[in-house]
Amino acid sequence: MEYSQTIELFYFFEDSFIGQYIRNSTWLFPIIESFHLLGLAMLGGSVVIADFRLMGLVLKTESNSYVLLQTKPWFKLGLCLLVLTGVPLFLSEAVKCYYSRAFWIKMTCLVIGIAFTFFVRNPLVLKIENGKLISLLGFSSFLLWTVVAASGRWIGFS
Amino acid sequence: MLNFVEWLATTEWSIALHESLYLYPWIESSHVLFICIFFGTLIFVDLRLTGVVFKDLSVETLNKKILPLTLIGFCLMCITGLLLFYAIPIRNYQNIFFRIKIFLIFIAGLNALFFHKRMAREAKDWDANSSIPTSMKVSAVSSLFTWSLVIISGRLIAYNWFDCDRQPQSDWINFLTSCVVDYQLYEEVDGI
Repeated sequence: MEYSQTIELFYFFEDSFIGQYIRNSTWLFPIIESFHLLGLAMLGGSVVIADFRLMGLVLKTESNSYVLLQTKPWFKLGLCLLVLTGVPLFLSEAVKCYYSRAFWIKMTCLVIGIAFTFFVRNPLVLKIENGKLISLLGFSSFLLWTVVAASGRWIGFS
Repeated sequence: MLNFVEWLATTEWSIALHESLYLYPWIESSHVLFICIFFGTLIFVDLRLTGVVFKDLSVETLNKKILPLTLIGFCLMCITGLLLFYAIPIRNYQNIFFRIKIFLIFIAGLNALFFHKRMAREAKDWDANSSIPTSMKVSAVSSLFTWSLVIISGRLIAYNWFDCDRQPQSDWINFLTSCVVDYQLYEEVDGI
């Protein structure tokens, strides 16, 4: 898409009903943002426990696949909460996001993170179970989601 | 207390922190990441007690393995949190959400104390009978609820709706925030 088309699209998002509604309210943005943070904690906890297990740092007597399967539903729940709250937050300040480098870094890492988790990390852990590669997967996943969270926070500073 | 935070605000490092372009956001972002480690792992500890996750592991085993991580998250969160307070001491001290947050942390702390005392004594029995007392489940849910409110009020500290430099506020707000309504004084700290 060309530059002008992209920015037009972002203006369209910002002019959307939900975007305007949140902007016109004093409390709505902060409250949605707070729940976004709670979703992040849930996703973050799942990532920390699962990835630290893959790196061999916690729950060493339990198998990788067991820990992954136990944390997976909460990862998904956290992700749902994040998307459900994240989209309205984005709509309310889409144009600011367009000009924010942190936003683009976050979105890029988020897409990679989701694809990596569901199509690479999870299937491989369930298939191969142990080994150096699995530790590397855990480390990469942890790093990716850390960047997503930190750059997400950074959108607020720009 | 106000004298103390006013003195804190004049210290060299406090000024350096809140004037720095990158340091403050870095500390703030790491505070959020440590919240994820602390609360994220605590979610699993509490959910185990309510019996929805890691059911094949005993409460004692899971706690022994996960709580150290929770504790590390907690310490790092406290250190970064104190630094954030130290960067803007007067404003935080008089911020209503900051005060609510501290109160809630106190409540969550009491709950944790009650919880761990009883757990140390009885966890073995729960695992043997594979039944966790209802009062412990209530305590676990309260922990999730209270810490969620801590996070929410923490996030709201950033908003200045009830700040002392935004008068007029209702009397009870000024009471809760210990605002000294003297416009000349607050012109000096305006804009932080």
